[in-house]
Amino acid sequence: MASMGQAAGLAAGGAHSAAEQQVDWRDPKRYAWLLGLIVPLLPFMAWGLVQASGVAAFWFFGPVLVFGLFPLLDVIRGLDSTNPPDSVIKWLEGDRYYRWCTYVFLPLQYAGLVFACWKWGSASLGIVAEIGLALTVSMVSGIAINTAHELGHKRAKLERLLSKVALAQSGYGHFYIEHNRGHHVRVATPEDPASARLGESFWAFLPRTVIGSLRSSWHLEAVRLRRCGKRTISIHNDILQAWAMTAILYAALAVAFGPIVLPFLLMQAAIGASLLEVVNYLEHYGLLRQRRDDGRYERTRPEHSWNSNNVASNVLLYHLQRHSDHHANPTRRYQALRHMDEAPQLPTGYAGMILLAIIPPVWRRVMDHRVLEHYQGQVTRANISPRARRRVLARYGSAGQAAA
Amino acid sequence: MSRFLCPSCGYVYDEERGDAHEGFPAGTPFAEIPDDWACPDCGVRDKVDFEPEDGQGR
Repeated sequence: MASMGQAAGLAAGGAHSAAEQQVDWRDPKRYAWLLGLIVPLLPFMAWGLVQASGVAAFWFFGPVLVFGLFPLLDVIRGLDSTNPPDSVIKWLEGDRYYRWCTYVFLPLQYAGLVFACWKWGSASLGIVAEIGLALTVSMVSGIAINTAHELGHKRAKLERLLSKVALAQSGYGHFYIEHNRGHHVRVATPEDPASARLGESFWAFLPRTVIGSLRSSWHLEAVRLRRCGKRTISIHNDILQAWAMTAILYAALAVAFGPIVLPFLLMQAAIGASLLEVVNYLEHYGLLRQRRDDGRYERTRPEHSWNSNNVASNVLLYHLQRHSDHHANPTRRYQALRHMDEAPQLPTGYAGMILLAIIPPVWRRVMDHRVLEHYQGQVTRANISPRARRRVLARYGSAGQAAA
Repeated sequence: MSRFLCPSCGYVYDEERGDAHEGFPAGTPFAEIPDDWACPDCGVRDKVDFEPEDGQGR
């Protein structure tokens, strides 16, 4: 904290050159980013804990960490809204150390998957432990989509390729297309399948976003290929390329460890993708960009994403919770993402919010009034679910809105 | 031949080079790009938001 204060002072003072500031400013989260690598190590940690304790329940360590420990850590460890000074952002983004923290995720991710397939294939654990391991692998699979997300926004060809590799485990290769070219363009509008609407439960959102994102990504890729003068179903299709990686991966694992691994692979893919989608659900819930006079939507601004400064989840998810800055500057690297005062804040980190999201009455109780307050009580400015519109207006619409 | 800059992320559409992956071969004039085409790097701004780069020295 002291170093942050110093750095801010330097930035404000402007007495030092940029080169001197690089030396003076210390990133308080620099080494914390290595903690993100706990995630791909989860299958090994689960195994280690089972070995050390003899308690088979530790195969469930992945979901326990994500849904139990991290929501707790978010509460205990609290908030951090400090930002790197603007003058060091460029230098911070250029520091290759941060890139390597995300690259190393991938070999660990796949080592864990191979390890799990070996365990499933040997049929030595018993079905309950095998399901526990599958749930642990699901957490890796889902959070790997977050790593793919960080990599997929970058210009470098290597990082874009690694993004597709990270998505192969969950079979969610189309996410790379839909997220960058679909979601970012249409975020916080009714047209975006990945922006949740006020009054829409997670369980209604889940099929809508899965099917809608799939269709949208296919459409985007078909349009691009048509411009290129190529066929939609061809080797040039980025979505088919990504899915082919998944098919080859699963086939190789089935050949190596037996077809028994396939149901577990499908299970971890489905749960992993759902984990991503529940995070999508909470990132833009109820938020809406208004239409301008010329018919276009207003530009995406900080007020169109929910943010959180809870340290534990932020370190685990590469600052994904600093979501407003991400949408304003999608190519900006995670270590340089900033807290924005004008952005709406979630009551806790993503880890805890996931737990609320899967229980719709609790979610509505916690979040609906926050959406309403965000729009100063004018519920019609929110992105309202058409199916829930009457109910939402009846509950939150004032007399003024009834006339509108 | 002109260059056009995404005001959000700095992506440059260079008419001389085009953008083959996007389906615009080298030499495709900016005017021929569809209006609803969004910046391929950030997705934040559309074609109509792009700024000409000629002689601006940026």
